[in-house]
Amino acid sequence: MRRLPKTLVLGGIITVIMIGAALLSRFWTPADPTGMNIMARLKAPGEVGLLGTDQIGRDVLSIIMSGAWTSLGIASTATLVGGGIGTVFGVMAAAKGGWVERLVMTFNGVLFAFPPILSAILLGALLGPGAVTSMVAIGVFMIPVFARVTRAAAIQIWARDYVKAARMAGKQDTLITLEHVLPNISAQLIVQLAIQTGLGILSEAGLSFLGMGVSPPTPSWGRMLSESQTYLSSAPHLVLAPGLAIAITVLGLNLLGDGLRDLTDPRRRQTT
Amino acid sequence: MTSLLEIRKLSRHFDLGSGVVKALDNVSLSLHAGEVLGVVGESGSGKSTLARTVMALDHPTSGTVVLDQRDIFSLGPRALRKARRDFQMVFQDPYGSLNPRHRIGRIIAEPLHLMPDAPKGAERRALVGTLLEDVGLDAADQDRFPHEFSGGQRQRIAIARALITKPRLLVADEATSALDLTVQKQILDLILDLRDRHGISVLFITHNIGVVQEICDRVAVMQHGKLVEVGPTQEVLDAPQQAYTRRLLAAEPRLDVIGRKSRSRP
Repeated sequence: MRRLPKTLVLGGIITVIMIGAALLSRFWTPADPTGMNIMARLKAPGEVGLLGTDQIGRDVLSIIMSGAWTSLGIASTATLVGGGIGTVFGVMAAAKGGWVERLVMTFNGVLFAFPPILSAILLGALLGPGAVTSMVAIGVFMIPVFARVTRAAAIQIWARDYVKAARMAGKQDTLITLEHVLPNISAQLIVQLAIQTGLGILSEAGLSFLGMGVSPPTPSWGRMLSESQTYLSSAPHLVLAPGLAIAITVLGLNLLGDGLRDLTDPRRRQTT
Repeated sequence: MTSLLEIRKLSRHFDLGSGVVKALDNVSLSLHAGEVLGVVGESGSGKSTLARTVMALDHPTSGTVVLDQRDIFSLGPRALRKARRDFQMVFQDPYGSLNPRHRIGRIIAEPLHLMPDAPKGAERRALVGTLLEDVGLDAADQDRFPHEFSGGQRQRIAIARALITKPRLLVADEATSALDLTVQKQILDLILDLRDRHGISVLFITHNIGVVQEICDRVAVMQHGKLVEVGPTQEVLDAPQQAYTRRLLAAEPRLDVIGRKSRSRP
């Protein structure tokens, strides 16, 4: 039996709990996350519900659970799609070199010049705020991030002798990329995927905080943070709950990324 | 003897902006069938560029390479793929030449991509197994990963991969330089044995004069991309005609000389 890295176990548990909470919220929450109850407003954790209630009497735990679906859904979709496009650009730049590489890197530089908040404001003006706007804004930001990481990692693999051996076996760039380059950079890509999803969650929360994320009444961690600012001293649980939810999720994804990197290292693979 | 490989007036220049580096400068060489030809020279003499160009991994600035009456740089992609079966290569670093994520069987079978009619499934396994035994490993090793093998064993795997298309020319670029002396000897013996049994010609690129003495029929000396001297190994080593060859030989630490000195001490 081989031992799993501790970071993988801890990160995996946190991530599974968050994804579980997000999925569960589609079927069941302790209370209706959008149901107001003015009589039971600003209750402390334990008094009403496990995490108390907010300024209009909604159950905080239910909002956090539904907010997990919003955050994880937007961040992971944006990272997967944007990251996928960026990865394709990155391996193409590494395989072809020359003008293809220069074009990709210039395009990257232009995309990179727009932080997600700025692209979200521009997109918001075009499409109006909402889930799609957040996803596109974050996803566009992921393209140059993944293109850079992928290109740098792929260039190293292209210099390896086993790639030269594959070329002597008559294999074309695309086949070499699929058989040799991608499998050998997959560990780096998985680490990036986990870490960038974490950053995506931060960006989504930032966009919602500024009112450019999903529209009310869809629960959102970022909007909850912004709405509860005024209650910071009287009802700190309203700020702590979404704040901790964001921090713990991002930490979990980072630990998961590190753990997966350790696990996929073939030197750790046991002989059978 | 007929020549299997003819390198004709081959030049490869690299334009670095600050000036042109002539990695290969008008090099002509021929290799007969069944011959082991050594190419020696110090770092930067152009010997690895020569290997890469002969393998058609790089295009020459001018000149050409003729293998078995075919000019490999005038072949179309399809014809080049077909021609590649006849020449394969073994690299210097046995740790970088095998994909760490592929099993040995897949690594050795990779050049079969050149052969549309190559055996598949159980037949392929049997072929890979025979090759593994041919280079002194076990047929069952094909299910293992590269990191489970030592440097010398990996080099045997790399040789098995180079042999699967039954090539007529094997180019070994510093193939024993990363190995310790006893393992180096085993790999050299293996190459000579394969030459004897399969009639493969070998272009052996090295900086090690001792290795040349061990296995090469003829030796070519290179300096700054130019061919300095070429001739039968013993003649070149015993009576070098060129000043550069004499300097290169003098710079080589000789085990016998060192041994004598240490023994003469009280």
